Amino acid sequence: MQDSAVERARNAGKRLFHFHGGLRLHHHKQASCQVAVQSVAIPPRLYIPLMQHAGPEATPLVGTGAHVLKGEPVARFNEPSIGYVHAPTSGTIAAIARQAITHPSGLEGLCVVLKPDGLDRWTRLQPMEHWQSADPELIRQRLCESGIVGLGGAVFPTSRKVEEARNFGIHTLILNGAECEPYISCDEMLMREQPDKVVLGALILQKAVAAEQVIIAIEDQMEEVFSALQAAISNADCTHMRLVKVRTIYPEGGEKQLIQVLTGLEIPAGCRPPELGLLCQNVATAAAVAEAVTEGKPLVQRIVTVTGNGVKRPHNLLALIGTPISTLVDACGGYTHDAARLVLGGPLMGYALASDQNPVIKAANCILVLSNRDIQSDQAEMPCIRCGECARVCPALLLPQTLNWQIRNDLLDDASDSGLGECIECGCCDYVCPSHIPLAEWFRFGKSEHQLLAMERSQSNLARDRYLAREARLEQLKQDRERRLGEKKQALRDRTSVTGGTMGQGPA
Amino acid sequence: MNRKFTTGAAPHLPPISTVGEVMRQVLYALCPGVIAYTWFFGTGILLQILLATGFALLFETLMLKLRQQPVALFLNDWSAVVTAVLFALCLPPLAPWWIACVGMFFAIVMAKHLYGGLGHNVFNPAMVGYAVVLISFPQAMTQWLPPISIAPTDIGFLDGLWAILSGQPPAGMTWDAITRATPLDTIRTSVASGQTIAEARQLQTFGDLGGRGWEWIANGFAAGGIWLMWRRVISWQVPTAMIGSVIVLGLAGYLLDPGSNPSPLEHVFSGAIVLGAFFIATDPVSGCTSPRGRLIFGAGVGILTLMIRRWGAYPDGVAFAVLVMNMAAPLIDRYTRPRIYGG
Amino acid sequence: MSLAIFSIGLLGTVCGLGLGWAAKSLRAETDPIVDRIDRLLPQTQCGKCNFKGCRPYAEAIAAGQAEINQCPPGGEAGIRALADLLGREPLPLNPANGLEKPAAVAVIDELVCIGCTLCIEACPVDAILGATKQMHTVIAAECTGCELCLPPCPVDCIVMEIPEAIDRRRRPRPALAAGAS
Repeated sequence: MQDSAVERARNAGKRLFHFHGGLRLHHHKQASCQVAVQSVAIPPRLYIPLMQHAGPEATPLVGTGAHVLKGEPVARFNEPSIGYVHAPTSGTIAAIARQAITHPSGLEGLCVVLKPDGLDRWTRLQPMEHWQSADPELIRQRLCESGIVGLGGAVFPTSRKVEEARNFGIHTLILNGAECEPYISCDEMLMREQPDKVVLGALILQKAVAAEQVIIAIEDQMEEVFSALQAAISNADCTHMRLVKVRTIYPEGGEKQLIQVLTGLEIPAGCRPPELGLLCQNVATAAAVAEAVTEGKPLVQRIVTVTGNGVKRPHNLLALIGTPISTLVDACGGYTHDAARLVLGGPLMGYALASDQNPVIKAANCILVLSNRDIQSDQAEMPCIRCGECARVCPALLLPQTLNWQIRNDLLDDASDSGLGECIECGCCDYVCPSHIPLAEWFRFGKSEHQLLAMERSQSNLARDRYLAREARLEQLKQDRERRLGEKKQALRDRTSVTGGTMGQGPA
Repeated sequence: MNRKFTTGAAPHLPPISTVGEVMRQVLYALCPGVIAYTWFFGTGILLQILLATGFALLFETLMLKLRQQPVALFLNDWSAVVTAVLFALCLPPLAPWWIACVGMFFAIVMAKHLYGGLGHNVFNPAMVGYAVVLISFPQAMTQWLPPISIAPTDIGFLDGLWAILSGQPPAGMTWDAITRATPLDTIRTSVASGQTIAEARQLQTFGDLGGRGWEWIANGFAAGGIWLMWRRVISWQVPTAMIGSVIVLGLAGYLLDPGSNPSPLEHVFSGAIVLGAFFIATDPVSGCTSPRGRLIFGAGVGILTLMIRRWGAYPDGVAFAVLVMNMAAPLIDRYTRPRIYGG
Repeated sequence: MSLAIFSIGLLGTVCGLGLGWAAKSLRAETDPIVDRIDRLLPQTQCGKCNFKGCRPYAEAIAAGQAEINQCPPGGEAGIRALADLLGREPLPLNPANGLEKPAAVAVIDELVCIGCTLCIEACPVDAILGATKQMHTVIAAECTGCELCLPPCPVDCIVMEIPEAIDRRRRPRPALAAGAS
């Protein structure tokens, strides 16, 4: 990475820049911001999926019938620096079974079913009292053990991110408080109600990655958040922390876009923010980090926005991981009569769920229930008229209509050359398309197909190499054998000529 | 409670616009120009618009049925109507009815549906239709009327209707008596006969900037076009580049030889430059899509139009310029792909 | 007359030289056709095409000694790709060579395996680990699903399994609209 780029990145937030495209959307946040965050009662059953993020499922550590305390590990991941899955409350393991999990594929996955005992008793907690003077590696291990993941929606394991950041050397930690999508207000409520925890988490993360400065980026319309965080920062008496207000333009909360706004830099293709000395973390992740380090509590709950025209009383709720979504909706007064679509996440990038029996997962920042008039699914798709609106709003500067054409015709390599990999699936192009082409869906499809294609190719290359190596080896063996046979025959002939005797054929 | 929900792909938001809405806005934007046209040249043009629209819808319906496409869905996109109106605006107001029929046949059947229908046509359908009738029926396509204010006889609505339906001049009149060369034609013939443009401009058919009446029609189209730009229905690049290139090139020619080259404003305000810049060259389907590509496309249309006006066989060249640039559009798009984020 | 002959002749010479130059210096570098065919084959090395492996089949196609429809693992998509490359009409898969199946990997039932090493010898890509009288196992990531290890096994302890991880990543193709092509 060029030094000049790193130098520019160091000045992050001193001046604000623009990113290409984007949309000004109605943010629909007021409805769920009226009242304070409320806890949801513990449901009769919790379903804790063992697949929490990309990668394989965790391996259960407990058997059916075992009694666990709140915060006790119930499963562990086999990959390094990804920790455990914890029991969200105390109770007995009712089953470990396959069932529908909250995942875009809609497929089933292994879940630990927990029957709460209602006591909600914590396991023995081990706060790190002197984290200020602790070894950063210990902090990272704590994040790993506590199952902290990015709570902005990507659920990338935080300890991995911290590890990667430490390898590159970070100068600026960016806390992302700019909520990407309309309707979602869980981060805003968190920053309003627990600004001290967010700031504390920021300081711990700063310590863990040895960053020189911290920037907390929030949207310019979050007035209350601004004053709350301002107060928290001055309380904590930290000089290297700044609060920056950015414009409310979708998808400004996206990692690449936020970095572009703060630094004017684009992350070069194939690179990641740490290579510029930047690390982005969501504010809710920071709060979870604070709890994990100063209180010793693993990540077993999160704030979920339950909103949309399909619920009676939109709310922000503090829910245990594994709580069925129906329990959350009931806590918000239930569905309205025209509830039509259940979305996990925001309206632009969230995925629709077929059933409300799916559990809350760590990625669940928002449960959005939309009514029929919000979605208007009867709009017919028309042919592309090449109006170019999609390209105008694309934050990755792609030509979505070209990509669409390439993917439809299975020209996946061409699509990849046209930048399919840079698509952040924000859905802007899809939203503005007058022909109602499901562009974002085609791009998600194209990306997955291209990934599988690349995998197949590397596998077939491997198979070819191994086949050719084997053929060469067999050929070599054959030649060796023939040579040895020849030598033996020769030796035999030599001996016969000398002694005149006969000898049996060797076993060759 | 265990409810089932409809699923669908994100984004879960109602779309903000439809193809039909885009096309309807184009039609609204054409209104000021059409009103000015009617004001200066009579109601003939309205009849042409009606005729062309009728034929366009007829051919569109037939072709959709033949191609087994949903008729209601595609008639609702209004694209055939836009094609028809743009085509009609290029016709002499009293052109016989079968001109609209032949033109719309080539526009809708040949240029649009045989290429795959909406979104798949390589050439601008309206301009294909216009080019076919212009080349095939030069006689009928040059019977232009003078503005009403300087016309020797008053041609009423019914006279116009009769002329269009019968192909004959209105009762008691001859074509020679009622038609007049267009300003661009006048310039062309007078320059060819050795007159200077200043001398030619003494004629009544000329106004302050372009042709009398024509300049106001151009203003009307420009007003509608700017509204479309403001509504973001059309991009700013094509009109700006096209009119800009006409002005730059026109100015160069004018400064070199004002006797045989009209002034740049004269160029802009006569013929179909403004209509072409805002409504024809901006057709997204047959034009370029990348921003830089659109600049090149617009400039190309402007330059080619002036070259045809100066050296070609026709007084105006917007249609041919657009068709030539349509051919070049895929190539231009290929070489003006925007830089990808992070690349 | 002679002028015409001369000028046409000159034109022909100039064009010929130009084309000759272009053919030499503007030639697009392409791999030999056998390599390009081989790249389109799935590298299963199963021999269902009646050749010893993918490479020999590619050589046979290039030499015109084999049809393009003899590769069941490649399936219809593979035949289409070959047809595109060679400028031929796609043919339906020849059922004599086998049927198209979802990709699978071999799994050895390790309790039943007697350690005879017959499957190790049969595996064309060396994806089976084991030794005489020792339990064998298939390296799943390197198994091509060729099924060549099935027949030699004296105790029939090898089964083909379809890995499920793929399904989760594969997204359904969006539905095509009525008017869209």
